[in-house]
Amino acid sequence: MIPGNFAYHRPADVAAAARLLQEYGDEAQILAGGHSLIPMMKLRMAQPSHLIDLQDIAGLKGIGRDGDRLVIGAMTTQHELIGDPLVAEAVPLLRAAAVQIADPQVRYVGTIGGNVANGDPGNDMPGVMQCLDASFELTGPGGTREVRARAFYEAAFTTARAEDEILTRVIVPVPKAGSGYAYLKQKRKIGDYATAAAAVLLGVENGSCASAAIAMTNLAATPVFAEAAGAALVGTTLDDAAMDAAIAAMLAAIDPATDNRGPIEFKRHVARQMLRRAIAEAAGRAGRGTA
Amino acid sequence: MDKLHVKLQVNGKPVEALVEPRLLLIHFLREELGLTGPHIGCETSHCGACTVDIGGRSVKSCTVFTAQANGAEITTIEGIKGADGGLHTLQEMFREHHGLQCGFCTPGMITRAWRLLEENPDPSEAEIRQGMAGNLCRCTGYQNIVKAIRAAADARHAQKEAAE
Repeated sequence: MIPGNFAYHRPADVAAAARLLQEYGDEAQILAGGHSLIPMMKLRMAQPSHLIDLQDIAGLKGIGRDGDRLVIGAMTTQHELIGDPLVAEAVPLLRAAAVQIADPQVRYVGTIGGNVANGDPGNDMPGVMQCLDASFELTGPGGTREVRARAFYEAAFTTARAEDEILTRVIVPVPKAGSGYAYLKQKRKIGDYATAAAAVLLGVENGSCASAAIAMTNLAATPVFAEAAGAALVGTTLDDAAMDAAIAAMLAAIDPATDNRGPIEFKRHVARQMLRRAIAEAAGRAGRGTA
Repeated sequence: MDKLHVKLQVNGKPVEALVEPRLLLIHFLREELGLTGPHIGCETSHCGACTVDIGGRSVKSCTVFTAQANGAEITTIEGIKGADGGLHTLQEMFREHHGLQCGFCTPGMITRAWRLLEENPDPSEAEIRQGMAGNLCRCTGYQNIVKAIRAAADARHAQKEAAE
């Protein structure tokens, strides 16, 4: 499997990358870790004439805390995210999801920016980012803007990012101390995308659910932020009736398709199980003092 | 398409070449440099037979362009050896514990296990299984592969103690 030919660019800063993107328009593709793009190029399903490799741009690396927000450079790899003490302490849901992505080799090169910008409904981080109400910083010729993850995904592989914009940073609000979290993912084998996965973030006060966010992965053409499912938990003690109501609301929001991971009914079944377990796991973690 | 001038270190030796930007690293290593230790298995970044070490990271070289590795330090199975130039402890232990059957996956397994032990010199069985999850053995010889890696960790620990 030999990809089509292309010109290779390795700009030193975001401005130079943006200029290349403007110059070559839809003939160019951004190359981050490449583990989604290169397989598509080998299949000739992607045939960019220009590849703009972001690896030399130091400003796109690293993780920092800015008040109550965690700011993650787009070229931060899943491996770096998993090993980062700040992430583990401030937003452990990110780590819980990252360890379930692909396999160790892929995580060494796969980036957070690539994962969220690609728009592949199979990617795990888009749903996680919707659950966390994260935003993406986009840098284009007109400067930068931020778009919420909940408003970013329009269709499969179609996002709010304009052709001449680069996703430069991921901005994650740090959940309140004591929040419960879980990312539950069913997959056929290591390295596969989810058959169904559920991201859950819960705030619990005095035994009652004060806030809840739920998002689902690979169950529609985009990640599904199931707002009504979260709302069904708020004000409850997270008992069985509340869980059933949240699951019913989630099932009304997803729209899975039959493929080699199974028929629609199976996916709905797995979605139900993943969400039930994720709520239980998140509830078990809530109130332990670390978010 | 213009060829690209790349300079990298492969197994400690400087290498320079003119390559097409689309040349995958596995093809560069095997066909241009004659390093046929890294194997082409699935070609879809699943099996791990093509694993090489790029700048301290285990990477599937079927899913990296040579251009991306420009300037990097690469280690392949050919560069993994013992202090005396003979077999590395990991290789000894794969032999001792029957960690290979047909041998096709072995270069990738050992190259990956080498980085795993560099990062975590004393891994539990669960950590070995997680750390090796990107390498497939179609003989399904995982049990002995895990044993061999654990034995290599023990042997390296013993060597270190003996040296101190």
